[in-house]
Amino acid sequence: MNSYHPHARKARATQARVVVGVLLCVLLATFFRTQVTRASDWLLQSDYNRLRPLTLPAPRGTIRDRTGRPVADNVPGYSVSILSATRDSMYATLERLREHLEIRPSALQRVQEQVRAGSARPILVAMDASFDAVAAIEERRASFPRVLIETRPKRRYPSGRVGAHIVGSVGEINRQELDSGDYEGAEPGLVVGRSGLERQYDSILRGETGVRYVEVDAMGRIVGSHRGFRRVDERPGEDLETFLDIELMHWIDHIFPEGRNGSVVALDVATGGVLALYSTPSYDPNVFAGELDRDEWTRLDRDPQSPLFNRAISAKYPPGSPMKLVTALVGLELGVVTPSERMPVPCTGSYRYGGRSWGCWQERGHGSLDLADAIKHSCNVYFYQLGIRIGLQRMLQEVSELGFGGRCGIDLPNETAGTYPESAQYWMNHYGYYPQEGQVLNLAIGQGPIEQTPLMVASYFLAIARDGAGPAPRLYRHSPDADGFRWDVPVEHLETLREGLRRVTQPGGTAHLSSLEHFEVMGKTGTAQSVPGSPDHAWFGAIVGRRGGEPEMVVVAMVENGEGGSAVAAPLVAKVADFHLRGMHGIPRDTVQTLRDHLLTGTPAPWGWRTPAPETP
Amino acid sequence: MLAALSWIRHWRFTGAILLLSLFGVAMVYSAGVKNVPSPITQDIWMRQAAVLAGSVLVLVVASRIPRSWFELCAYALYLISVAVLGLTLVVGTGAGTAEGTTTYLAIGGFQFQPSEIAKVGTALALAKLLSGRRDGIATIRDLLFPAALVFLPLGLVALQPDLGTALAFVGIFFAAIFWAGAPWPLILFTASPALSLIISFNIWIWSSFVVFIAFGLYLYRRRIRIVESLGVVLANLAAGTIAQPLWNSLADYQRNRILVFLDPEIDPQGAGWQIVQSKVAVGSGGLLGKGFTEGTQKRLSFLPEQHTDFIFSVVGEELGFVGVALTLLLFCWLFFWMIRLAQAMERPFSGIFVFAILGAWLTHVVINVGMTVGVVPITGIPLPFISYGGSFLLMSWAAAAIVVALAREVRLT
Repeated sequence: MNSYHPHARKARATQARVVVGVLLCVLLATFFRTQVTRASDWLLQSDYNRLRPLTLPAPRGTIRDRTGRPVADNVPGYSVSILSATRDSMYATLERLREHLEIRPSALQRVQEQVRAGSARPILVAMDASFDAVAAIEERRASFPRVLIETRPKRRYPSGRVGAHIVGSVGEINRQELDSGDYEGAEPGLVVGRSGLERQYDSILRGETGVRYVEVDAMGRIVGSHRGFRRVDERPGEDLETFLDIELMHWIDHIFPEGRNGSVVALDVATGGVLALYSTPSYDPNVFAGELDRDEWTRLDRDPQSPLFNRAISAKYPPGSPMKLVTALVGLELGVVTPSERMPVPCTGSYRYGGRSWGCWQERGHGSLDLADAIKHSCNVYFYQLGIRIGLQRMLQEVSELGFGGRCGIDLPNETAGTYPESAQYWMNHYGYYPQEGQVLNLAIGQGPIEQTPLMVASYFLAIARDGAGPAPRLYRHSPDADGFRWDVPVEHLETLREGLRRVTQPGGTAHLSSLEHFEVMGKTGTAQSVPGSPDHAWFGAIVGRRGGEPEMVVVAMVENGEGGSAVAAPLVAKVADFHLRGMHGIPRDTVQTLRDHLLTGTPAPWGWRTPAPETP
Repeated sequence: MLAALSWIRHWRFTGAILLLSLFGVAMVYSAGVKNVPSPITQDIWMRQAAVLAGSVLVLVVASRIPRSWFELCAYALYLISVAVLGLTLVVGTGAGTAEGTTTYLAIGGFQFQPSEIAKVGTALALAKLLSGRRDGIATIRDLLFPAALVFLPLGLVALQPDLGTALAFVGIFFAAIFWAGAPWPLILFTASPALSLIISFNIWIWSSFVVFIAFGLYLYRRRIRIVESLGVVLANLAAGTIAQPLWNSLADYQRNRILVFLDPEIDPQGAGWQIVQSKVAVGSGGLLGKGFTEGTQKRLSFLPEQHTDFIFSVVGEELGFVGVALTLLLFCWLFFWMIRLAQAMERPFSGIFVFAILGAWLTHVVINVGMTVGVVPITGIPLPFISYGGSFLLMSWAAAAIVVALAREVRLT
């Protein structure tokens, strides 16, 4: 058979067409599957190839004081990052960047670790680059194809070290924090609150980061716009309105005894809002606003003066005399004493109990006193006897029930709980013996194993001012109400205490020199024992308001090693209250505030126990 | 008067290759449009266009050469091209993406690939050899000489090494013997050792295959000699046996290409990169594509060899499934017209030559297009008329010119 006969050719041509047709149809089907049915997967893959997501940091909310002044706000800063590429090229880029950009050793170490670990995200080299460095890099744009410069809001604390402890600080989230799950929706590079209000209200202040994309080629070089294009807008954080009075904080900073450590707490009686929460020594939180400077942090952390420590809420001191009010309150509650009753043994400077002599601070004695006068003179002998009437067991139980072993519940992290023994077991646990009944004498005058924070003392003055029911002190205006002290006691009993406090700054009281012209200071001095060999700590707590009016603010000052409460702490409290209340009532402020100021400057003081003699300089 | 010119009369054939070539120039242009321009791909479309102009001229001129000249010169051309291939092995150079090979021969300022000339020379010689047998091919013995004739240039090309082009010779051989009248069983028996080579990785499948072939030979016993049958079985056994040593002798990159074909995910950053990126490009093109010159995989250099071996990925990415389908349809049209021409050709030489060229082009298209979507292992093989490359374009047109010259007397109704 001739294989080239037209019929044979036709048959083979048909077979050939089938083969060609089948082959091309198989190819077409494969393309259909890839391009039509699975197109979206591949499109995603191609976007993943070429787009690098960059986070758009959301500006944190501004923290404002009661008048709207910013306590923490934002200024534009520059961050420098390296886009991910091969390790070698990233190291090379990093090396060249260092010619223009100062990178701290600690930051360099972190970046190198991240490069080693490998990351799809850009690695942040400098969070807060200087304008000059950024300009230098921009000029050499062509030689830094994988370097990304972004403006990112940088935290600024206009008040600097004043209020640093309350406002706190921010920092880039670290690995432990990421793993902890405490920060919802957190991702590397996020700036979060580290302490203070920044930490407490991080979820309000933080906002939500946005996402934008830059296009990169196969070599990881950015092509097209460095600004990228937006996909998800960032949502700025919400502002935080606080009860704080930053002007008052500055005033406290101005008048706080030079070179002393300590704290001042000022609360608004009507709301329980924190007007001031001052702790010194302090630090400048702006140091931490950019990248954390480990060296600076270590220096502050190791400073023997503990500037990072918020003394107002985290430090505990023996409360001393202010605790006598609690003893009085318990006595009245138990009915072992009446306001007008005098103790059987008048004060002669000491009291004998259990075979030893218990001294009063006033060696010449106070004589026979009623309850209010006992508070006025802070007479130990009176309170020894009251303590004996209450008894150790009942004292421990009652005071603990009032809430002196817990926290105030302020909206700040790191508040320390007060210490007050709940029962005799405390001594057994801590010292290995059960206390003798005589311990109650110590407890009655605020000594023994009792320690309270300045905030706790302020909080209990607030309860006295508010007829036994004080809200928890708080900074954020819109925080939910929380209970502070809540005592179910008759108003008359608290009025008795207030009468005693009132007399403290009246003629003959321990703090008469700290009385004010326009306002009534219902205060209590206190002296707390420090470590042996050091001067005692000075306390003064006061409820202040217009004469005959409602109490308006509570101020407590603690001056470490300040010796007598009346000499150092009381004028501080009075001046703080005077400054704030004059402002509130529209009375012109004056640097001559207390009776002592008036006496020293020769200004008339008609409310004083004597008018200044003209001849006094 | 114009109708007297063969290349105009066969405008459906010449028109298809012209359309494909113009499309190719456009795609080569697009391949050069990148965010970070590369000197390798930028402005090469102008060179491609210039070569195309020359190619058209070659077609117009060469298509006037009398048909009988090709039959007369077939062996001479074959011997010359084989000699040049041998020379290339000694003095050849690598170029571009085939840097490590000896694929190119430089004459003056020009570089060209002798293997492209060898394809045409082999097709001519094969057509000459096979057309001598008016009664067709009946036994395996009839295929010995044709096989040897193809194996010589194939082996030389494989030594360069250029496995992709070597495969084109396989295509030439089978298409030619098919048109020369080799029955399907014979073609299968001839191809069976190659299949054995591939499937010998599994001893059970391979054993079954050898038994199947032996059974087929038994059924076919009246048409085939016992010695030939034994030869086929032995060749299958030998192929299965040398598969392992042959695999070991492959270069690493060649082994990787086969391994990543089976599973691109085993090395997505290395050898699997090309497959993965090509599939991403093609797949992300979707139905309508990202638009001419707009392909991101190409623009941003994710796509490898985007102007040569992977130009079809650019087609897929930028013009989508619609562009792919139209291109394949154009190839289909071209091939069907070649089949039609062959069918109409009275002289066996002409028909076999057309089929030999068809076999070469079809092999190129199936392998090149198939590898962009991962259905075929990656082989460095260009897409006829579309991939950038002067020698290939020019010689494809030269082959087309011979087809047109051979079809001068063909009248299609």
